[in-house]
Amino acid sequence: MTATAPADEGRLASPRPARAGHSRAGWLAALLVLPAAAWYLVLLVIPLGIIFVFSFGTRAPTGGYIAGFSFDNYAAALENSEPFVTSLTLSISSTLLCLLVGLPLAYFIATRAGKRKALFMVLLVIPFWTSFLIRTYAWLLILGPEGITGFLGDAFGAPRFRILGTEFGVLIGLVYGYLPLMVFPLYVTLERMDRTLVEASKDLGAGRWATFRQVTLPIALPGLITGSILVFIPMMGEYVIPEILGYGQVYTIGSALVLRFLEARNWPAGAAYAAVLILIMLVTITLYLWFTNRGRQTRDVSVL
Amino acid sequence: MTVSPSVAENSPTPSTAAGLRAGAAGGTRSATDAHPDVELIGVTKRFGDVVAVDRMNLSIPASSFTSLLGPSGCGKTTTLRMIAGFEQPTEGEILLAGRPIAGVPPYQRNVNTVFQHYALFPHMDVAQNVGYGLRQRKVAKAEEQRRVGEALELVRLGGYAKRRTWEMSGGQQQRVALARALVNHPTVLLLDEPLGALDLKLRKEMQLELKALQQEVGITFVYVTHDQEEALTMSDVIVVMRDGLVQQMGGPSDLYEQPRNRFVADFIGSSNFIAGTIASSDGDDRVTISSERGLTLHGRITDRSASPAIGDTVTVVVRPERLEVAAGDAATATGWTAVAGRINQGTYLGDQTEYRVHTDQAGELIVRLQNTMGANIGQSLGPGDPVVVRWREEANLVLVA
Repeated sequence: MTATAPADEGRLASPRPARAGHSRAGWLAALLVLPAAAWYLVLLVIPLGIIFVFSFGTRAPTGGYIAGFSFDNYAAALENSEPFVTSLTLSISSTLLCLLVGLPLAYFIATRAGKRKALFMVLLVIPFWTSFLIRTYAWLLILGPEGITGFLGDAFGAPRFRILGTEFGVLIGLVYGYLPLMVFPLYVTLERMDRTLVEASKDLGAGRWATFRQVTLPIALPGLITGSILVFIPMMGEYVIPEILGYGQVYTIGSALVLRFLEARNWPAGAAYAAVLILIMLVTITLYLWFTNRGRQTRDVSVL
Repeated sequence: MTVSPSVAENSPTPSTAAGLRAGAAGGTRSATDAHPDVELIGVTKRFGDVVAVDRMNLSIPASSFTSLLGPSGCGKTTTLRMIAGFEQPTEGEILLAGRPIAGVPPYQRNVNTVFQHYALFPHMDVAQNVGYGLRQRKVAKAEEQRRVGEALELVRLGGYAKRRTWEMSGGQQQRVALARALVNHPTVLLLDEPLGALDLKLRKEMQLELKALQQEVGITFVYVTHDQEEALTMSDVIVVMRDGLVQQMGGPSDLYEQPRNRFVADFIGSSNFIAGTIASSDGDDRVTISSERGLTLHGRITDRSASPAIGDTVTVVVRPERLEVAAGDAATATGWTAVAGRINQGTYLGDQTEYRVHTDQAGELIVRLQNTMGANIGQSLGPGDPVVVRWREEANLVLVA
């Protein structure tokens, strides 16, 4: 090799490694995305497709699916719309309740808890260390005749008063189960918020409430949206909590799906229910995002 | 344009008035002109065991540009926050336009703050930010728009009303913060190291601009800084603080020419210190001092309230630009102090040359010469050269503390 060769080589070769590096980075990116993409394809896209196709079919005499094309299943689903209404009502009111409880809590932990911040966050997470089922069964005892209901019934002379088996009982269970999912994103946005903004607001003549409404809340909005969606979506399809705390008397979409798919073995009818559920969620969340984002100018700091 | 605080805007809301001393000042500007805009009477602020501000007495003249100057932790920001209402004094009283404001929350004080990192609302555009204070006071929409426009013109951000603040440069954000505070016509504008985040050149520009702005609007500015040069550039009055105590208060030249103690002399500008004892006194402020190493100096005591006795230890301060350095020997002329020494180091700084001269009689002296003649004698003096440092006796400032 001559003395000049390395220099020449370097000059000529320099663009090439960059390009090679680029395509290598592309491959690496593809490799990183691959597992997730495969996951989504096998477990989300294909099943969704199957549900969509099934929803137009008919039930085989022994249960299952026979190919076909009719809207009968959708007609039946819409005719029997009670579970949709129940689930929507429950999910929306539970989301609101989560917000009502979660926002002050997140605000407190983020701004007032000082050194105990970490402690509160751990306390919030600790329930997750126990099985979800056990926690829900615990509510059976708390809300049952040996618990609050009995106590209140005796106190007010209403022996037939009950919470279990009602939508209210399910509501309590839902709020309890999903509250942390509301608190975390709210906490993150509030924690990251510059505290001098609150001082600036007060300095400019806004009182506590005016400051909260005009500064804190708009800045916490991304967290609020994220939290609401995180809570609302699983609540819509929730099956276990209504079954346990509702004594099977609160008929949600979850119960309806189980009934169609597993008990009646009418897959096409269940598929139509599922398709309608997906549609309802898409519409609800789109509307929600549209409303909350209207006129907003913030940098997108969503924590989703 | 002029920003003249109107009576209606300055008079407190009924709920504020209830919290203020009844009958005082009557809420009009002219009636309060007799008072300094801000007065601190024996104000102490403690955080646990830490005394942030110690029995502070301060009276800030109306329509002045006053700086609170000191190193970090000296209590200057705490003082500002007490005036703004974010902190309550542990002891003492703060008067705003002659009225005590203890217990009046920040949102009811006719004081506005420009925060260190601007604290602009990220979910609002420039105009919404600037109009925030007006909206809180339910100013009509059209009036708000007009005043926001004026305020933005004032800070030379005319066309920026619809911009988003985070897309703007640091200097522009700074101006938005200024406009947002000034649009409310506060009695006092508080500024908490607002130029700290800007680069040097921009900072220099903004210093002059702020000063000009203050003169234009005539509002009292209280400016917190740790940068003595910044304070000297802008202020009418500088309050030098240290460990929660006011060290000295006065105009820039007072502080530079008449520093009352060593801290002030050291913090403002740079100084040569020569320790010594008082040998004789004319009974007034002129004294003769013998330095520890046998140099005799004649000088003036800067703190007229101090009356030191013969034999007391004092410090003589000489500013580096008052010294001359030349090759030769130490022949003393009347009215001059002269010491012989050797050049330790010469540093060429462009507009001036700084020499560090080792002298037997006065330790190391810093001498700063203006390079008025281009490449002057600076070139001919090198390390080790024997020289004479001399200065007029008027330059000897005698510090008793």
